[in-house]
Amino acid sequence: MTDLVPQLAARVSAAMADNTPLYIHGGNSKRDAIGRDCTAEHSLDVSGHRGISDYQPEELVVSARAGTPIRELEAVLAQQGQMLPFEPPHYDGRATLGGTLASNLSGPARPWLGSIRDSVLGVQLINGRGQILAFGGKVMKNVAGYDVSRLQAGALGTLGIISEVHLKVLPQPEATLTLAREATAQDALKLMTQYAGQPKPLTAASWIEGRLYLRLAGAASAVNHTARIWGGENIDNAFWNQLRDMSHEFFAKPAPLWRLSITPTAPCSDNLDQCIDWGGAQRWLRTPPTQVPPGAHLSLFSGGDRQAEVKGDLDAVQKQLQLRLKQSFDPAGILNPGRLYSWM
Amino acid sequence: MSSNTPIPRDTLLARLREILPDDCLIPEQESQRPFECDGLSLYRELPLVVALPETVAQVQSILSCCHDLGVPVVARGSGTGLCAGAMPHPEGVLLGLSKLNSILEIDPLARTARLQPGVTNLAISQAAAAYGLYYGPDPSSQIACSIGGNVAENSGGVHCLKYGLTVHNLLSVELLTVEGQRTTLGGSGLDSPGYDLMALITGSEGLLGVVTEVTVKLLPCPEVAQVVMAGFDSVRAAGDAVGAVIAAGIVPAGLEMMDALAIQAAEDFVQAGYPRDAQALLLCELDGTAAEVDQHVDAVQQIFRSHGASSLRISSDDAERELLWKGRKSAFPAVGRMSADYYCMDGTIPRSQVSHVLEEISRLSEKYQLRCANVFHAGDGNLHPLIMFDGGDPQQIKLAERFGADILQLSVAVGGCITGEHGVGLEKLSQMPSQFSEAELHQFEDIKHAFDPALMLNPGKGIPILKRCQEYRALPGRHSHD
Repeated sequence: MTDLVPQLAARVSAAMADNTPLYIHGGNSKRDAIGRDCTAEHSLDVSGHRGISDYQPEELVVSARAGTPIRELEAVLAQQGQMLPFEPPHYDGRATLGGTLASNLSGPARPWLGSIRDSVLGVQLINGRGQILAFGGKVMKNVAGYDVSRLQAGALGTLGIISEVHLKVLPQPEATLTLAREATAQDALKLMTQYAGQPKPLTAASWIEGRLYLRLAGAASAVNHTARIWGGENIDNAFWNQLRDMSHEFFAKPAPLWRLSITPTAPCSDNLDQCIDWGGAQRWLRTPPTQVPPGAHLSLFSGGDRQAEVKGDLDAVQKQLQLRLKQSFDPAGILNPGRLYSWM
Repeated sequence: MSSNTPIPRDTLLARLREILPDDCLIPEQESQRPFECDGLSLYRELPLVVALPETVAQVQSILSCCHDLGVPVVARGSGTGLCAGAMPHPEGVLLGLSKLNSILEIDPLARTARLQPGVTNLAISQAAAAYGLYYGPDPSSQIACSIGGNVAENSGGVHCLKYGLTVHNLLSVELLTVEGQRTTLGGSGLDSPGYDLMALITGSEGLLGVVTEVTVKLLPCPEVAQVVMAGFDSVRAAGDAVGAVIAAGIVPAGLEMMDALAIQAAEDFVQAGYPRDAQALLLCELDGTAAEVDQHVDAVQQIFRSHGASSLRISSDDAERELLWKGRKSAFPAVGRMSADYYCMDGTIPRSQVSHVLEEISRLSEKYQLRCANVFHAGDGNLHPLIMFDGGDPQQIKLAERFGADILQLSVAVGGCITGEHGVGLEKLSQMPSQFSEAELHQFEDIKHAFDPALMLNPGKGIPILKRCQEYRALPGRHSHD
């Protein structure tokens, strides 16, 4: 377990001096998805900087280097009966912690247990000047300085190379149970929002290919009691791993794949090739909707033209703020240029 | 843009009078007194003028006017903050947002509430109650504190171990830039395009923009909530019991610890029935379905007993539960009755360090000859030592500040941070270098610069300005206005 941070920082400093932009990657599991194609010719592999650096189960905190595979991290937590609350995809074991934070990827539990953005407590970061910086920490609450740790979520490595991450973890639920039933997309959406408004141990609600799926997780008494009230066929919990890893057959169809982040009550059509997740707040689509309502965010998740913009538009005010922010971390523009937006 | 020559007060007033009706401006010093400080009254200052806009358009015009004239702007919600973050700037406008206090919309199906920044924290839950919903974060000042202020400070409360801080409970925020330009961060879904500026704004202490609208997530009210209260003969035993609850895989809705002095102060104040002879008290709230709460209450009771609890009590109804919480939530005013003045610290530490840190605090209390009561968000390691002193005695003020600084250094030394939820403001500016390196502080400064290049928003607070040192004073002194 070699500490590669000094080498990584030296590479960034050299890249800044030579003005040679870098494509930063870990396991390359998301290379052709989420962001645009990066325009940098040189790549910087972070995957060798791996391993759990600190784990205190009684503090509910784990620290790991960015190249640590998610699968490995979860296995260590499981030995202590704990888990990552945000249920990140494993992508055949290739997904790393750093990439997961950079992409802000979270599984079906997102509306109830949050995303990695909600679990991150601190980061070590190499900014575009090659400086090694630490923000946040290993405690649950920390409001000293700006929240640079959470800012990394979804930034796709354009603000710095994430080298270490501190996370809040949770105990695994005592019991988990999955219920499934036939439903149209519209009926499923209604039920999801109705159930989500009740104080029950719901931790996932999805609709895919004519079936509504609900996950109950928590104290056994609460899970079993709720299952009796709500009803439905009891199926294998492994369904959620297929959804999380996008290995379910819905995702095997040809690209492109669009992701719509939207209020869970937004109406949907029954005639779309779609998968509804996050209790209605995330819609996977094969064709983009003709109109995106204000406040919703449509992105081209995979396939399609990845040299065009793949994320939603920003208004002029925010575009300027985001660009200035990018420059404050990476004045030479050498970190993952073009990955988030063409102009960044 | 800014210059070293202050703008004539008359020019500023004339411009503001074009924007606001007379009853929304307070130019007279006598009438500005209620605005001279926030909850940390050690630091006081009077602004050039207090502006109390009634519409977002007025806020925009004020910002645009101040930007033109190079006048600093300090935004203020209810003024319940505890770090002098809302203390006025002597050459600036104090922008009070308390008149923007409408609940704009509650969407029970989407479980959201759209709010103006001056809406109080408690008012959100009260309005949502009709739909069986509530807003999670509940700072002790929730009767008075505003949601805009909660966003500025990333406020927590006693329920944040399970339900998160303000940052976890926001969906979108409308922000005005220092120039007065409007933009919306976040969205109606859970992800938004580009950088997560909403996360960056949360807890940024009014340094990056002015929040004019907030959409929060609401949670379903739990079917049942019960509190298990336990007294212990030592802080160490109570600390171990906290660790054991977490180790048992239970995430309580709230888990609080009070030391002997805090127990006595609270008991004298509200007669909640706390055990006066205990050295430490734990309050553990469990919520969920009826069956789940039964199961967890039993488990927690057993854990507390096996860790030597000297007394145990379980709330039998909501009235009793609220009474037990009332003691904890009143701890600050309760200590205020024991001492003319108190100074509340806010370090966060790894839970396992609590006994060690409390022993050290007790030693420091001897050293400085000042009493200190401790309340502790034990679930998430956030410690609130309340240092008691006499504000009429300059020597005691100095000692209290040194005592506080020692506690913050200690928090950092055991792997924690200088502030968990109260913010840096003016108060902890000089402790920032104990937590951050110079390069890290420079990065903060560059972020500030990206949003507010002329340093006009809440200057002199939150982050020390090293490079562009217009406002930074190495050590904030005690400010009084003659």
